[in-house]
Amino acid sequence: MIRDPNDLQRYTASERANHWVTGICFILLALSGLALFHPALFPLTMLFGGGVWTRILHPFVGVVMMLFFVVMFFRFQSLNRMTGTDWEWVKRAREMVNGDDHNMPIMGKYNGGQKLLFWFLGVAMVVLFASGIVIWRAYFSASFPIGVVRIGALLHAVFAALMIIAIIVHVYAAIWVRGTIRAMLYGTVTRAWAKQHHRAWYRQVTGK
Amino acid sequence: MALQSLDIAKRSATTTEPPQARKTLEVAKLIDVSKCIGCKACQVACMQWNDLRDEVGTCAGTYDNPRDMTDQSWTVMRYAEVETDRGLEWLIRKDGCMHCEDPGCLKACPAPGAIIKYTNGIVDFHQENCIGCGYCIAGCPFNVPRISKKDSKAYKCTLCSDRVAVGLEPACVKVCPTGCISFGSKADMQDLAEERVTELKERGFTNAGLYDPAGVGGTHVMYVLNHADQPTLYSGLPANPTIAPTVTLWKSIAKPLAMAGIAAAALGGLFHYVMKGPNEVSKEVEAEVEKELEAEK
Ligand code: HEM
Ligand code: SF4
Ligand code: SF4
Repeated sequence: MIRDPNDLQRYTASERANHWVTGICFILLALSGLALFHPALFPLTMLFGGGVWTRILHPFVGVVMMLFFVVMFFRFQSLNRMTGTDWEWVKRAREMVNGDDHNMPIMGKYNGGQKLLFWFLGVAMVVLFASGIVIWRAYFSASFPIGVVRIGALLHAVFAALMIIAIIVHVYAAIWVRGTIRAMLYGTVTRAWAKQHHRAWYRQVTGK
Repeated sequence: MALQSLDIAKRSATTTEPPQARKTLEVAKLIDVSKCIGCKACQVACMQWNDLRDEVGTCAGTYDNPRDMTDQSWTVMRYAEVETDRGLEWLIRKDGCMHCEDPGCLKACPAPGAIIKYTNGIVDFHQENCIGCGYCIAGCPFNVPRISKKDSKAYKCTLCSDRVAVGLEPACVKVCPTGCISFGSKADMQDLAEERVTELKERGFTNAGLYDPAGVGGTHVMYVLNHADQPTLYSGLPANPTIAPTVTLWKSIAKPLAMAGIAAAALGGLFHYVMKGPNEVSKEVEAEVEKELEAEK
C-alpha cells in the first residue's frame, strides 16, 4: 500500500516478516524464561498452560528463533560494519540521549548504537542457543558433564537478562525516535525522518 | 507427597516463610559402612515400600545392580575394591540422597513447592509441583535426583517421610539385618557414631570418623566411615561437598542483579521519555525536505 509517494522504503516485506517472527519468538522466550527465572514471575507460566508446558515449549521456540535470527543476521550483517564515524557517534551518544543531537556525526542506514546492538544480539543468540542446548534436560543435558551443565545454566540466565535489557533499549529507542516504528510495520519512513537521523543514507537513496 | 503433619523449613522457589510454627525433632539416618555386608535388603525394602520396580538390567562384572540410581531405584549399593595399608578392602556404600541441611537441589529448583525441606530435616520432592526441568540435578552436589522417562518428574529417596511422619523408621532401617542403618534424632545419631568411631579406632582403623559434611550444612543421612580421611575411596563419595560456586552465582547473585537490571531498563525508558521528551524530526529539516521536493517538480 502506497501511503505517500515521497516516503522512502527502508525494509522489504520479507525483511519485516523475518523481524516479526524473531520478535514474537523473543517475547515468548522472555516471558516463559522469566517465569522460571524468579519465583515472583512464576505465574507467567499460566500464559503457556502451566509450568510443565512452559518448560516443554520454551526450548522449541528458542530453536525457531535461532533459525529466523540466523537468516536476519546474514541479511543485515554487511550494513552493520562499525566505522570510525560510528565510534565517534557512540562517543557522543550521551549528548543525544540528553536531548541535543546537533553535534552528532552524519549516519548511514544504521548508527553506531544500532550496529553495536546488532553485534551484541549476535553474540547473545549464540551463547543462549549453545547454553540452551546444554540445559535442555529432555534431550541433551545427560550428554554433558555436570560442571558444563552448571556453567550453561549460569550463562543462559546471564545472557537472557542482558538480551532482555538490550531489547528493552532497542524497543525504547524505536518509540523515542518518533516515526521509526512504521519502518518495521509497513516498511517506509518519511524523507524528513531519514534526513534527520540517517543523513548519509538519505543522500544515498535520494541522490540529494 | 504433601504431608500436612510435617512442618516445612524451606520450600523451593518461595520467597516468604513456609508454615513452620510447630517444633519437630531434627532426625537423621546413620549408615555404619563398617557393618554393611552388601546384602541389598535395604534396596529391596525401598522398592517394596515405595512401590518401585526397576527394569531388570545386565551384569557388568560387579555386584553393583542396578549400575546407577534411577527414578525406580532411589538407593543403590556401590561396591569398591581398594588397596589400603590394610591390604585389599571391599568398601560397600549405600548411595542415595543425603538430605542436606542446605540442599542444592532446592536452591536450584524453579517450581514453587516441588522441593520441600521439612523442619525435621528431610528433603522431599513433591512430584505434583515438578515441571521436569532438571535444575535439581545441576544443584545437587551428590548426583542424586533422577528424572523419570515416563512422566518427566524428578525422583529420589524420601527418607520415608511418609513413615517418619507417623512415627516409623525408614523401610531400609527396619530391614537391615546387621544393624548397620540406624535412625533417630540427629543428636542421638551423632552420639551413636562417636561410640562406633571410638570402637573402630581401637580396632586399628585410626582414620575412622563420621561423614556429616559441613559444606552443605551437615546432612540427615550420615556415614560412619572406616577411612573418613578418604571418602572418595567409597565409590567417589565427595570429600568436601558444597553447592557448586556456579550454582550459587546463578541463583543467589545473577538472579537478583538481573531482575534489578531489567526493572531499571524498563523504568529508565519510561522516565527518560517523560523527562526528556520524544526525539521528533525538527521543523528545519522538514522545511528543507519540502524545499528539495519543490525544486524537483
Ligand atoms: C536460542 C535457543 C534457546 C534454547 C534452546 C533455550 C533453552 C532453554 C532451556 C532448555 C531452558 C530450561 C528450561 C526448559 O527446559 O524449558 C531455558 C531457560 C531459560 N531461557 Fe532459554 N533457550 C533459548 C533462548 C532463550 C532466549 C532468546 C531467552 C531470552 C529472552 C531465553 C531465556 C531463558 C530464561 C530467562 C530461562 C530461565 C533461566 C533460569 O531459570 O535460570 N532463552 N532455556
Ligand atoms: S525437575 Fe527438579 S528442579 Fe525442576 S521442577 Fe522438578 S524438582 Fe524442581
Ligand atoms: S543430596 Fe542432593 S538431592 Fe539430596 S538433599 Fe542434598 S542436594 Fe538435594
